[in-house]
Amino acid sequence: MDGFVRVPISEQEPKVRATNFEEVCLGYTEEEAVKEAERCLNCKNPRCVGGCPVSINIPAFIQEVKNRNFEKAYEIISESSALPAVCGRVCPQENQCEGQCVRGIKGDAVAIGKLERFVADWAREHGIKPHSDAPKNGHKVAVIGSGPAGLACAGDLARLGYDVTIFEALHKTGGVLVYGIPEFRLPKDKVVAAEVENVKNLGVKIETNVIIGKSITIDELMEEEGFEAVFIGSGAGLPRFMGIPGEQALGVFSANEYLTRNNLMKAFKDLDTPISRGKKVVVVGGGNVAMDAARTALRLGAEVHIVYRRGEEELPARAEEVHHAKEEGVIFDLLQNPVEILTDDKNQVTGIRIIKMELGEPDASGRRSPIEIPGSEYDMDCDTVIMSLGTSPNPLISSTTVGMEVNRRGCIVAQEETGATTKNAVYAGGDAVTGAATVILAMGAGKTAAKGIDEYFKNH
Amino acid sequence: MYPILRKEVLADKIILMDVKAPRVSHSCLPGQFIIAKIDEDGERIPLTICDYDREKETVTIVVQTIGASTERMALLEEGDSFEDFVGPLGQPSELCMEENLEETKKLNIVFIAGGLGTAPVYPQVKWLHEHGVDATVIMGSRTKDLLFYIDEMKAVAKEVYVTTDDGTYGFHGMGTNQLQALVDEGKHYDRCVAIGPMIMMKFVCKLTKELEIPTIVSMNPIMVDGTGMCGACRLIVDNQVKFACVDGPEFDGHLVDFDLAMARMAQYKTEEGRKKLELEEGDTHHGGCGHCGGDK
Repeated sequence: MDGFVRVPISEQEPKVRATNFEEVCLGYTEEEAVKEAERCLNCKNPRCVGGCPVSINIPAFIQEVKNRNFEKAYEIISESSALPAVCGRVCPQENQCEGQCVRGIKGDAVAIGKLERFVADWAREHGIKPHSDAPKNGHKVAVIGSGPAGLACAGDLARLGYDVTIFEALHKTGGVLVYGIPEFRLPKDKVVAAEVENVKNLGVKIETNVIIGKSITIDELMEEEGFEAVFIGSGAGLPRFMGIPGEQALGVFSANEYLTRNNLMKAFKDLDTPISRGKKVVVVGGGNVAMDAARTALRLGAEVHIVYRRGEEELPARAEEVHHAKEEGVIFDLLQNPVEILTDDKNQVTGIRIIKMELGEPDASGRRSPIEIPGSEYDMDCDTVIMSLGTSPNPLISSTTVGMEVNRRGCIVAQEETGATTKNAVYAGGDAVTGAATVILAMGAGKTAAKGIDEYFKNH
Repeated sequence: MYPILRKEVLADKIILMDVKAPRVSHSCLPGQFIIAKIDEDGERIPLTICDYDREKETVTIVVQTIGASTERMALLEEGDSFEDFVGPLGQPSELCMEENLEETKKLNIVFIAGGLGTAPVYPQVKWLHEHGVDATVIMGSRTKDLLFYIDEMKAVAKEVYVTTDDGTYGFHGMGTNQLQALVDEGKHYDRCVAIGPMIMMKFVCKLTKELEIPTIVSMNPIMVDGTGMCGACRLIVDNQVKFACVDGPEFDGHLVDFDLAMARMAQYKTEEGRKKLELEEGDTHHGGCGHCGGDK
């Protein structure tokens, strides 16, 4: 190895993994991790840290890996991140830490994400848990939602001595980590449940089956249950549809429904909750969620097409997910867009009418906007269509909380530097504020709000 | 865990349970529903709230065994617990809101409950009675063995008319026939609330449209999370997509696309399940198979 190429990582063979729900990436061994860690130049001015939304001291933990002090490496990561085994698996590292790595200028960036994952997995396998010796300060804080934003915020507040309770609407903790991201990318029992346990070990209490805005409101939590501050990390849960004919037919699902049935309710294990096992599935959209839905459908036995209105370069999904999807046999129909879903007399999907697109001038997002090519429509047979067009925030909380502003898109208005909303002592972060984004950005917002809440108590 | 404090068999395959659920019992209102899950591997099952007791912190649910999950639920006994019990979900009934009470008092209201629909109708009639509004109730089922809560309903309603499709109890006919008969007698209603199988609500709405009685229905489509996340429960109401779990479950019945809603109920039905339903329901097959459109 000349130092320009990263240590390759073992993965399940594409043909094998396309038929099971086991994790795709097998992770580094100790030897491989140490070898990869040796590629880190330990830069004086580590640009990778600036690329990390939670500012993990990356060179420091990698040096510890190099020296085989894995426990110390875990302690360094834990100072900044409550969910390293999750982030090592699902962060878009190529745009963050690894995108900044000096090694990447002439060759491969250091595999920071894979090393983070190695350290977190090693710690779990060796029974090492994060701990906090901070004295309790007696202040009660409620955290709404047990997804990445909520867990990060709760973990940091507990380390500062706060008495934190997380309220989760679903029956399981983890938010998008359990209902959205599939098992083959993020094992639920082994990884997610273990990291949630770690947060609980810091003293955080979790109450499931509580829908804030329905079971109890934020105002009631503060007035009747003694919570002095609240963090809202409720995510962006409402699925979008296209508004094209045939969208209400049998066989048309939101990616949320499809993934929730499979991931949260474990339909792939043939338990009580059913899932439609299509023979030919069309997934509309090009983000990470679309890749997850497509690769799930593939594992349930279908031929799968991804239909996306822009081109390969514009695919919003992580490069690794696109690469994995292609390896497994997902077919990409790019620069194409559905105009109608075709149905039979029982209202069951029989196909989809698609129009071809070309790219025009850059739009407001800076991406070249797709334009329909007149007369290019064609029909594709299929029995299932999965709409993966993004999500918007759920109004359940904002509509039941007095004095908290939302913007035009229904997102909660919060200050970027502190997470403070327009309501006193109420903070927010993650997808509920930004609209659908990534796990790590939500975690970053959760951490920012924890600091903001701590400041609030110091000033009151 | 949410323990079952009382279990009672109300009628053939219809079971009532009082479940200890403090948060739900404190905040629920008539018209809302809950989601219950038996254990780790169970399905999330939406169930209507039949009654609640804020002091005892219990919520009363009524379950009809119609599939694997509800059959499993029926095996639970007093002292057993649900692993998960979440709610209240959906919007409360507009007729049962303090802020609308003055308007509601001016109305002559008729409820039509079909089959299990008696369960969600009861707390509404009870709430109205406690707030000085007495409503008329027509409660019907296919046959005598499926009737329940007649005495409870009589205690809170102005008058109760019971119907059976096969004539084994009360008025021989459907709820729609009874309503027509009452109107023919000269009774006048300003508002109708119809809750029951979709096919029954569809035909009630057809009639009340002719009779020009504004009608509210409570929709019970397939759901997963019940908080607006999955979109499985989407309906077309007034040509717009609505989610029954967060926008409903109650809607203006004259604006609901029932044919689409009934077709969507068939999504996860198996051939085997459809045949079983048709066999059990025989001549009175109500379209619950989601396959035949219910038009017989």
